[in-house]
Amino acid sequence: MEPMAILSIFILAVFVGFEVVSKVSSTLHTPLMSGANAIHGVILVGAIIVADHSKTNLELGLSVAAIILATINMVGGFVVTDRMLEMFKGKAK
Amino acid sequence: MSRTVYDLIGLAAGIAFILALKGLSHPRTARRGNLIGAFGATLATLVVFFYVSPESSLPLNNLGWILGAIAVGLAIGVPAARKVAMTQMPQLVALFNGVGGGAAALVAIVEYLSLGTKASTAVVIFTVFTVIVGCVSFSGSIVTFLKLQELMTTRPVIFPAGRVVIAATLIAVIGVGGWVVAALGTTPLLVLAGLSLLFGVLFVLPVGGADVPIVISLLNAFTGLTVAASGYVLDSVLLIIAGTLVGASGTILTRLMAEAMGRSLFGTLFGAFTAKPQESGGASEERPVRSGSSDDVAILLNYARRVVIVPGFGLAVAQAQHTVRELADLMISKGIEVAYGIHPVAGRMPGHMNVLLAEANVPYDQLEEMDEINPTFSQTDVAIVIGANDVVNPAAETVPGCPIYGMPILKVSNASNVIFLKRSMRPGFAGIENELLYDPKTMLLFGDAKASLTKVVSALKAL
Repeated sequence: MEPMAILSIFILAVFVGFEVVSKVSSTLHTPLMSGANAIHGVILVGAIIVADHSKTNLELGLSVAAIILATINMVGGFVVTDRMLEMFKGKAK
Repeated sequence: MSRTVYDLIGLAAGIAFILALKGLSHPRTARRGNLIGAFGATLATLVVFFYVSPESSLPLNNLGWILGAIAVGLAIGVPAARKVAMTQMPQLVALFNGVGGGAAALVAIVEYLSLGTKASTAVVIFTVFTVIVGCVSFSGSIVTFLKLQELMTTRPVIFPAGRVVIAATLIAVIGVGGWVVAALGTTPLLVLAGLSLLFGVLFVLPVGGADVPIVISLLNAFTGLTVAASGYVLDSVLLIIAGTLVGASGTILTRLMAEAMGRSLFGTLFGAFTAKPQESGGASEERPVRSGSSDDVAILLNYARRVVIVPGFGLAVAQAQHTVRELADLMISKGIEVAYGIHPVAGRMPGHMNVLLAEANVPYDQLEEMDEINPTFSQTDVAIVIGANDVVNPAAETVPGCPIYGMPILKVSNASNVIFLKRSMRPGFAGIENELLYDPKTMLLFGDAKASLTKVVSALKAL
């Protein structure tokens, strides 16, 4: 992809990332961190792509490890965030 | 599936992540936001099974391995997330973050191995970045996990010439990174990974227990950036967007957290290098304290007009939330005004205590934040501190140079009487002696928080 296009995407995403969380109350810091943590678990997509590319056993072994770790990150992250937020259900004024 | 469709679905997932972060920033929409994020991630994962790259054919190579690995990940991740006690949640988040960083580093290593000499310089530079930061995030998160799980000391670990060792490791990491870019080869890359892992450990060791949440948040932002960098290597817009979003929002969140705790980010990360070794509390433990019985506490409460309960991590560990509520209800029925004073970082992380109390059905309107409750302590007859220590420690205001100096505290010392429910005289998570324990108006009730509270409740009923 064009370096300029990538740079533009990157810079715009930085601004969006700054903007969306700039006014969060301290009560939500933990769930928000946990949710953001789950989102970077999407590296699973990258792990699957490299597993597909793998030609040697070493590469395959490392990508399988990457898939396991990324799945734990992504799925575990969303589940634990949901459990945290469940506690707030119906309690907010 | 064509590249265009694939990219459009990737874009949809990226938008889902933006909406997720937006939703998570407000109490009412938080849960929905998380679900939107989960939806986006699932969508992105499913799509990759139908399109990888123009050269790849379907079905994916090594499909069995891929599905098997996902199944293993699910089998580990889901039960861990479901079963973890709410009190241990922060370290689980740290662990999840660490494995994400590790995954990103592995992805970069594999892609590097398979590209070989075909890799362009830009790709190699991004690979080097991903390996360094991913490994730092992985090993650093493991150390934060060990600290939070109290498998190792929660005090800052400062070793002789620590500053020199850390600086030397960092220089070595950067040097080897340059070597990888210049020479291209598997060995330099593995050396780089090893050194980066070491640097992650050294980087987190000097951080004191109270500051660990800030470091977790920072490492979370780091992992986001590594995901963005591997997105560049793999030519995936989705990974670039998702990683950058997490990197940016994580950076802001880290700053907000540091502000809520009254810490400068710089001080948190490098404070341990400059702090003087603390005097150990050994001598002061000999000093007299006033300890009372549950009956003494009940009598004190019975004649109070206003009582403020300050819950801490000890309350959660003892699973005493329900007993606390029972005590609060009993006092209210006797016409005593009751409120809970919640410190922003009560528990182990910002907002952790709110989660724990909500679990015990404590009415939301009795929970007051620090800024609301602090001016009222002077009209409060009794402040009951249950399993909390650092968040009420006046040293944060009076002892410059102590690890929590500058952290805003709950000013329970302004109340007419202070009751501490503690298991022992052991200092809090930050490892600092609390002068308030020796104050003449302080009474200590030793024992497990739940057992003590149950006794107080029955004593109060009898009055």
